[in-house]
Amino acid sequence: MGHGPAVKLGKDYASSYKTTLGIRMFIVYTIVYAIFVGINSVNPAMMETIVLGQTLAVVYGFGLIFLAFVMAIVYNHFCTAAEARMNK
Amino acid sequence: MIYTQSPLAIALFVAFVLFVLGLSFYLARRTTSSEGYYAAGGNIHWFVNGIAFAGDYLSAASFLGICGMIATAGYDGFLYSIGYLAGWMVALFLVAEPMKRLGKYTFTDALDSKFNSKGIQLAAAISTLIVSIFYLIPQMVGAGVLVQPLLGLPHYVGVIIVGIVVTLIVATAGMASTTYVQFMKGGLLLICSTILVIGILGRGLSTDPNQGDTKPYHDFQTITASVAGDGSLLLSDASYSAPADWQSGHYGEAGFVKLTKEGVETIWQFKPSATGFNLEETLFVTTLADGTKLFNGGSKEEGKFFPVGHIKELKIDGVEVAETGAVGPLAFLKAVKESTVVLWGKQYVKNDDGGKTLIYYQKPTTGTRILRPGLKFKVDNASGTDKFNFISLMLALFCGTAALPHILIRYYTVPSQAAARKSTLVAIASIGFFYVLTLFMGIGAMTNGVINLTDNNMSAPLVALSFGVILFSIISSIAFATVLGTVSGLIVAASGAVAHDLMSNFLGIKMTDGGMVMAGKMSAVVVGIIAIYLGIVFEGMNVSFLVGWAFAVAASANLPAILMLLFWKKTTAPGITASILVGLVSVLGLILLSPDMWVRYGLLPQDAPVAFNSPALISVPLSFIALVVVSLMTQNSMPAPVED
Repeated sequence: MGHGPAVKLGKDYASSYKTTLGIRMFIVYTIVYAIFVGINSVNPAMMETIVLGQTLAVVYGFGLIFLAFVMAIVYNHFCTAAEARMNK
Repeated sequence: MIYTQSPLAIALFVAFVLFVLGLSFYLARRTTSSEGYYAAGGNIHWFVNGIAFAGDYLSAASFLGICGMIATAGYDGFLYSIGYLAGWMVALFLVAEPMKRLGKYTFTDALDSKFNSKGIQLAAAISTLIVSIFYLIPQMVGAGVLVQPLLGLPHYVGVIIVGIVVTLIVATAGMASTTYVQFMKGGLLLICSTILVIGILGRGLSTDPNQGDTKPYHDFQTITASVAGDGSLLLSDASYSAPADWQSGHYGEAGFVKLTKEGVETIWQFKPSATGFNLEETLFVTTLADGTKLFNGGSKEEGKFFPVGHIKELKIDGVEVAETGAVGPLAFLKAVKESTVVLWGKQYVKNDDGGKTLIYYQKPTTGTRILRPGLKFKVDNASGTDKFNFISLMLALFCGTAALPHILIRYYTVPSQAAARKSTLVAIASIGFFYVLTLFMGIGAMTNGVINLTDNNMSAPLVALSFGVILFSIISSIAFATVLGTVSGLIVAASGAVAHDLMSNFLGIKMTDGGMVMAGKMSAVVVGIIAIYLGIVFEGMNVSFLVGWAFAVAASANLPAILMLLFWKKTTAPGITASILVGLVSVLGLILLSPDMWVRYGLLPQDAPVAFNSPALISVPLSFIALVVVSLMTQNSMPAPVED
């Protein structure tokens, strides 16, 4: 039984660009996530700090979820543009 | 009994199951090829696939487990939401498109795409099976937990019902049916959860959580007490009497006292006060020597064990109020932050007859403390082991998502790499939105007097019940669908590992296309039977606890191999095989030797050979190291991988 994809895929000339962009954005998100885990491990009381009327924990937690959504849109936008430009 | 069976809920459940089965049989007529069975023909629309991702991912652990944990431990439950969603960034940025490009039916295809290695085929298939089974157990246990209040049937009946229905779904139409079931379930879950949160915000917060004047909340009593000259306990309420030896014995030493009123015994907790003591009413579950359980001294059906969850002091902008009225989401959280909510601690006390009593006692907690980590996970003044456990868990959640076989195979159901990426974007949006809702559903349960302390998994359905039986019925049916959907995806993944990876690729059994489909269906039936058996055997185990382990196993066994294959050119087939096996063995070994497992063996946790419960922080790096070392050692012995 072969290993190829279930449907035939054309050559994707934007693949390299998308990979590089993905790695860079992954590093950015990972750093933000690691800081969140780090604060909770090293100085959890800091998460009680009030920011914008809420605890830092709530702001940071919602921020991580919102950031994921925004970064996903940005990533998809640039990838789609690259595909349109490079796969003509 | 905190909840009773609802005919409407039963009818909705039966209708849903029949609809799903009908859909499966209809789609089965169109599923004749192996592409159709394992990958839905690769032509699912990216939006449908994205919502189906949400259906796959938002399992019993998310809907029941996280909401239940937030209801009883505040923000610590929300940490799961944050970690689970963060894992999708690994999937989007690193894994989605390459998986689509390299694989065909299973994630083993992608790992083996450059090598055609028997070692990879075997190791990856075993890993898929083990991860799927680790994930199946909590889903089946969750099914059993749900069926008891919803249908009034024993745990094992719920497990068998779900097992049979899901096996029928998968064995008839495979991935196509599973995808549309997930799409419906994911969509319904988002819609109904949104309605529930709107209801919670519309009701607002109150110090008297009487569920919209429909159900009075039990008034937990406080009695003042002082010690008389002869050592006896003087109570402000003379209708209660305390035993003469109230200071001694298991209860006295643990800070509790048994009081008697009109022949009924209750348990109270001592709290020091300026004038002596305050005695606060508790809830308790007594397990007699013969195993019989009594809830506040009576059977479960007597209803003596009250639902809990109330605010002690409610404040808005520093001013104490009785209720807030309808509030927006941020005002809701702000009011909780400024207030004091009564959470519940628990403590075991031995009884003289050889039995034991689990006492739930009131623990007033400030809102700021509830809305930051530390009530469940020990992060304040934590030891090295505590910090290790916390960081390791957050690592497992982050790394596990992109390594779950039933998630990865969904990338093969869409027609292109762009569709794989876009479906991941839809998944992140819908899952992220749901996880925001979990905080409101959990705190809604915490403050609306609906929590069943003996099983917090039911918190989300029970807060829905406080808005009426219709919403409860729908939410409960969706909870069932949640289990059905996730188990369907897992069984497809596991059956693919057996039929495609093991039988066809590893053992080299020649099969026609129809034979491949038949092998997959037979594998689905066998895996379904195993899942039913394990769901019954593991009754009583915590759902979230098991899912956390499933993530750790996936992160350790699969993710290093996937990432290194994609991003390190020196990766060899023996390196990938070694990575999977080292990850698998180390994570399973650390789990089996952990303090939590020691308790389940009936031993003392402090005697466990391993001090921590979360293994990912060790097993994930070990898996990476194994891959790098073995790959470097086998550079010359292996033919260069074929570039795609």
